[in-house]
Amino acid sequence: MRATPIPEAMLEPIHDPLGSARDAIGAGRLAEKGLNVRHGTILTLEDINVSFDGFKALTNLNLYIGVGELRCIIGPNGAGKTTMMDVITGKTRPDNGSAYFGETLDLTRMSEVEIAQSGIGRKFQKPTVFEALSVFENLELAQKTNKSVWASLRAKLSGEQRERIDEVLETIRLEGSRERQAGLLSHGQKQFLEIGMLLVQDPQLLLLDEPVAGMTDAETEFTAELFKSLARKHSLMVVEHDMGFVGSIADHVTVLHQGSVLAEGSLNDVQADERVIEVYLGR
Amino acid sequence: MTTALYRLLFALLLCFQWSSSYAGDAADFSAANSSKQAKLLQAWAAAPDAARLPLLESLQNGRVEADSNKTPFYKTDTGYQAAEGGDLEPVGKLRKLRLNNRLRGLIAITMASHQLFSTDPAVRLLAAQELQKSAKPAQLQLLNERLAQEDDADVSEALSLALASLQLIDSDPQVRLAAVRLLGETGQPLARVRLERLLADSNETDAAVRTAAETSLAQVKRRLMIGELLGQAFSGMSLGSILLLAALGLAITFGLLGVINMAHGEMLMLGAYSTYMVQVMFQRFAPEAIALYPLVALPVAFFVTAAIGMALERTVIRHLYGRPLETLLATWGISLILIQLVRVLFGAQNVEVANPYWLSGGIQVLPNLVLPYNRIVIIAFALFVVVLTWLLLNKTRLGLNVRAVTQNRNMAACCGVPTGRVDMLAFGLGSGIAGLGGVALSQIGNVGPDLGQSYIIDSFLVVVLGGVGQLAGSVTAAFGLGIANKILEPQIGAVLGKILILALIILFIQKRPQGLFALKGRVID
Amino acid sequence: MTMPLNQTLLARTSAKLGPRLSIAVGAVVLALLIALPLLHLTPADSAFHVNAYTLTLVGKILCYAIVALALDLVWGYAGLLSLGHGLFFALGGYAMGMYLMRQSAGDGLPAFMSFLAWKELPWYWVGTDHFIWALCLVVLAPGLLALVFGFFAFRSRIKGVYFSIMTQALTFAGMLLFFRNETGFGGNNGFTDFKRILGFDITAPATRAALFLATVILLVASLLLGWKLARSKFGRVLTALRDAENRLMFCGYDPRGYKLFIWVLSAVLCGLAGALYVPQVGIINPSEMSPTNSIEAAVWVALGGRGTLIGPLLGAGVVNGMKSWFTVAFPEYWLFALGALFILITLYLPHGIIGLLKRGEKQ
Repeated sequence: MRATPIPEAMLEPIHDPLGSARDAIGAGRLAEKGLNVRHGTILTLEDINVSFDGFKALTNLNLYIGVGELRCIIGPNGAGKTTMMDVITGKTRPDNGSAYFGETLDLTRMSEVEIAQSGIGRKFQKPTVFEALSVFENLELAQKTNKSVWASLRAKLSGEQRERIDEVLETIRLEGSRERQAGLLSHGQKQFLEIGMLLVQDPQLLLLDEPVAGMTDAETEFTAELFKSLARKHSLMVVEHDMGFVGSIADHVTVLHQGSVLAEGSLNDVQADERVIEVYLGR
Repeated sequence: MTTALYRLLFALLLCFQWSSSYAGDAADFSAANSSKQAKLLQAWAAAPDAARLPLLESLQNGRVEADSNKTPFYKTDTGYQAAEGGDLEPVGKLRKLRLNNRLRGLIAITMASHQLFSTDPAVRLLAAQELQKSAKPAQLQLLNERLAQEDDADVSEALSLALASLQLIDSDPQVRLAAVRLLGETGQPLARVRLERLLADSNETDAAVRTAAETSLAQVKRRLMIGELLGQAFSGMSLGSILLLAALGLAITFGLLGVINMAHGEMLMLGAYSTYMVQVMFQRFAPEAIALYPLVALPVAFFVTAAIGMALERTVIRHLYGRPLETLLATWGISLILIQLVRVLFGAQNVEVANPYWLSGGIQVLPNLVLPYNRIVIIAFALFVVVLTWLLLNKTRLGLNVRAVTQNRNMAACCGVPTGRVDMLAFGLGSGIAGLGGVALSQIGNVGPDLGQSYIIDSFLVVVLGGVGQLAGSVTAAFGLGIANKILEPQIGAVLGKILILALIILFIQKRPQGLFALKGRVID
Repeated sequence: MTMPLNQTLLARTSAKLGPRLSIAVGAVVLALLIALPLLHLTPADSAFHVNAYTLTLVGKILCYAIVALALDLVWGYAGLLSLGHGLFFALGGYAMGMYLMRQSAGDGLPAFMSFLAWKELPWYWVGTDHFIWALCLVVLAPGLLALVFGFFAFRSRIKGVYFSIMTQALTFAGMLLFFRNETGFGGNNGFTDFKRILGFDITAPATRAALFLATVILLVASLLLGWKLARSKFGRVLTALRDAENRLMFCGYDPRGYKLFIWVLSAVLCGLAGALYVPQVGIINPSEMSPTNSIEAAVWVALGGRGTLIGPLLGAGVVNGMKSWFTVAFPEYWLFALGALFILITLYLPHGIIGLLKRGEKQ
């Protein structure tokens, strides 16, 4: 993996290389209700190119995710998986190419916040939760609701919202840690909390970057079940290295290599593919 | 006095030039009252004589004294010498000849007239330049004469200008026209004053001359503006070189540790005080080698500030890694202590650091543009330090380690890079460079305890603009900021200029949050 | 996954003891603060009389405490360390000062303008003879400046040390601007020699007492406001923003609006504090905007404890108390002490006095 040339402490003002901050500061909006998915594709990436100082992270990437699909993305390190997620969530702007959410929302023109509000949720590779807040408060913040400043100032949880959070707490098996500070959770618990935050956010498309890293086998198995139950109602895109996990959930697998799609199909088909074997085993 | 009389005098002069000694001039002068003295001087100015030079020089230096018989004597280092020659002894009490300002001005003019005959072109040039400012109509003839005989191009040009200044009040419009045109050819600030005066208050009645004067004035102004712009650009470069020296070290430590060392400005200050100390030592122990003190001050300042920097890193900053805001506060505390310490040790007043002879003076490039040596040397020095830093960072083991830690601290530690040591050395290096900056600063500005305070914000802006860990970015940003500052200063004032630049930087960051030369990369989470 | 039961229990028991004690202490302090101006009204020979010097000193410290609170809102909760809050404080002070200068000048021009041979008031002085408009300016001047600066700063996601230095540069620029005579705020002398406020003699004991009480009220109101905010969802979003801004954005929150709101609110609080400071202390000049003053405010907050609301008040009191004592007893050594304070707090007291107390309580 390419080491970033910037030390972590320096990242702060550098998040946004191309100025996604083009829209006015303003009220957060509710997710748009009727996402146009007429043709059955929820995410369309076409001819995406991203380069960092001459290093091509993504080259002519084409990817389509159907509504209700559970897609796994695999690929060796440096294949461009995380960069692809950055492009989808608006963190990195592609040099060219188009990225559409549904039929109408142009992701290359939306800010990260707008993308999140329109219904794309993302779980990071390294679990990030709000460490100073309790587990419950983490879910409260993530919950789908009006997220503008004014709404937050007056916000009070309704009974219904409270129930939904409790429900999710149960799903992710953290009901006992409700009031616990999120920073004190174990790595696996943080992973689950972040998944829970995605659940209460109720996005139409979930991007999950290595969700089972650091989980025990039992937890992994449980996560697989959880994802399978989410599919169809939501669309999921899972980046994972754990082939066992991929095998247990995926109906469709995409292999990325050097910034573009190398193979696509069922896990068995893909694993039988000569080129994939070459890439993975370096033959 | 009529011109006819002057012509006569001049004819006489031509006959006796260089051969006859006008013995008696000094006596005439000392005997005359001040209005008579003025007339004498005017006459001499129009009719120079080399023999009069000692008298004029002595007058200029205030060394002419008269005894009770009004016999003039020159005061020498050892005693007195009769101005008219011979072994005369002063009678009674000697009194210094008293000169009023008008007489002093006339002496300068007369002296310049005499110097026009010097064999040294440099002296003639200076004399001609003096006459450009001050020549009297009575010297017109003389100037014409000298111009005809002058063979040095520079002196010739200077003379014709002096002449043109005089001819502006000539009764013949043709002469005035030629003079106006000639003045238009120069880039002298004086020409602008002359032309403006000519045009003001309808001094000039002839329409053709007026138009020509207007054209000439525009020309002169354009030329002067070029000089001014170049001058501003140069002061900008000069400020930029200082900012560069201040920001370079900051960029290294900031890039490496992600912390702002608010005491960095105080490293400049300590560097300047080290220079002062070295100067004092030289004055006390080796006054004959005083000219060399800045060269000795460089390593001294570097090691003093580097040692202090390393000590701070080990005792305070090391414990605050990963908490940049706390580091900001702690280093501010350090800076307060250092400032107060210097105040207690050296006093709150500025200390005096003098330029050695090879750093004083400057090169006259244009009539209104002098480039001081100290600033030129500092610009060169700053670039030299940049090259040195580049070599250090890119060609040495330490540099490799520093770059490795800057890019990925954990990985570097895994590879066996002693990150603690690298941090300390890099901090020392950054502080040391600031110390060198302090030596440079001491040569062009005041040295006081608050010296560093005004530089920390500016040098941080350089780092922000240039991008972190980018030498090229720092250089461009430093010179860019310096020049922008100096160009804006005369237009809208120093304060508004500063505010405007701050606003521009904030707007700039909107477009390029990573600075001018930042590397792009995948964002890690 | 075992339940961290004992941890929660521990937190609950300590939480029970904490509030009761702090409410008691708070009530006592508040009572004292209300008593102080009343005691000032007692005859000078009374044993309980509080002299004007003490009242002014405490009033001044209370104004600083409001600044500390305002700074805590942005630094402690939103993680934005401002080194330019002195600017907002001074702007509020200048706005009030304009009114006071007009009161002193009557129908004529303020003295410093006559001195500069100015014939008429600059446009921005219009209406400053009305107390209401002056109050509006007290809010508007710092508020608008914070709004514009914050809009651009947060839009380009300036954070961390970048933000701190930008704010420092801002207050430095403000100081340079106000030092100029042409700016129309009295140059480096600033405003002083006030006589009347709302028609009352500004040095009269009753006026002093009223101003002091107003400061106490503002302080308590800001504390309640801060407390409300910290406990609302808004406060939780701010905390989340401080710790993981990216995550928050991917949750669908726009951090810029949140930052801007708390930033402007904080600036306005500072402005109000400045407006109460000026009539009590009797002078305002550009040195209030010097970066040193603003960064000193950060040490009040750090000493008391960030993100605790009460801590910064404590910190402002302790540091300023020390300062008053030092500058009389050992003026040479105050900067050494202050510098050492900066270093010691950051090294050994990262959670401030309140953090220390909490830790003591837990053990």
